[in-house]
Amino acid sequence: MNHQNTVKQAFINTLPVMAGYIVLGMGFGILMRNAGYGVLWAFSMSLFIYAGSMQYVGVSLLAGGASVITTAMTTFMVNARHLFYSISMVDRYKNAGKGKPYMIFGLTDETYSLLCDGVTPEGSDPNLYRLLVTAFNQSYWVSGSVLGSLLGTVLPFSTEGIEFSMTALFIASFTGQWLTSDDHIPALTGLLSTLVCLAVFGPGRFLIPTMLLITLILTLLRGRKEAA
Amino acid sequence: MRESVLVAVMAVVTILLRFLPFLVIRKETPPYISYLGRVLPPAIIGMLVIYCLKDVNPAAAPFGLPELISAVCVIALQVWRRNSLVSILGGTIIYMVLVQRVF
Repeated sequence: MNHQNTVKQAFINTLPVMAGYIVLGMGFGILMRNAGYGVLWAFSMSLFIYAGSMQYVGVSLLAGGASVITTAMTTFMVNARHLFYSISMVDRYKNAGKGKPYMIFGLTDETYSLLCDGVTPEGSDPNLYRLLVTAFNQSYWVSGSVLGSLLGTVLPFSTEGIEFSMTALFIASFTGQWLTSDDHIPALTGLLSTLVCLAVFGPGRFLIPTMLLITLILTLLRGRKEAA
Repeated sequence: MRESVLVAVMAVVTILLRFLPFLVIRKETPPYISYLGRVLPPAIIGMLVIYCLKDVNPAAAPFGLPELISAVCVIALQVWRRNSLVSILGGTIIYMVLVQRVF
C-alpha cells in the first residue's frame, strides 16, 4: 500500500466534487453575505453543519428569525435521507479505523456517491482513501463558502452550468454501478419510486416519501433476493 | 447569540441523523441491515439523479434538451471508458457549452 498513491487517487476522484462544491459553496457564501452574515458565519456553518441544501435553507432560517423548534424540525426533514445513507454504510464502515467518526460526519450526498459501492482504488489504503475523499470534499465546500463570502460575487469567467457536475457525478455513479451489477432491481426501484413520489408529492417534499417507499419495496423484495 | 444557537441546532440534528444508525448497530450487523446496505446504494443514487433533474421543465424551451444531451454523454462516456472523472468532466463541459452558447 502506497500512501502517496492513495492521496493521488482520492484527489483525482474528488475533482468533479471540487468543481461543484466550490461553485455551490460560493453561492452559499454570497447568500450569507447578502443576509448580513460575515465570513466567520459561512465558515462555521460549512465546517460544523456541512450539508449543502440544508445550509441554503439555514440562511433563511437565520435571517427570518426562526425558532429553535422550527430549525430542528426543518433540519430533520431536509436531512432525514442521511439516516438511510448511514444505514447502508454500517457494514462498509465497520472497520474504518480512527477516522470513522469524521467519515460518518462528512457523509454528504456526493461523498456517499463516491464511496457507497465499497470499491476503493487498487493499491490504495481503503480507510485512508475514504477518509481523504471525505476531507477533500469538505475542504472544497468550506473553501467555496469562504470565497463566496469574501468576494460576494461569482468568478470572473462564466461558470453557468458548472453545477451540472453534481448531476453528472450521480449519473456516472449510477451507470457505473449498473455496469458492475447483474441485479438491476434496486436501481430501477430507486428511479421509479422517485418518479412516482415526485409526481405525487411535488418537487418540494418528495425525498422522505421516496426513501420510505424505496425501503418498503426493497424490504418486500427481500425474499426474492435471498431465494435467488 | 440566537443565531449561534440555531447553527448549533442545525449541526446537532444533522450529526445525529448521520450517526444514529452507527450508534444503534454496534456489534453484529443484523442480516436485514446488511441486505439494505447492498440494495440501498443503487436505489439512492437513482433517487439523487432524479432529484438533480427535478426542476427541468420538458414543456418549455429548451425542453430539457441540455440536460438530456449531457446526461446521455455522461452515460455513453461511462460505458465506453469506465472512468468517472472523464464522464463527469465531459458531460459538465458539454452542458456548460450548451447552456452558455447554444440554448
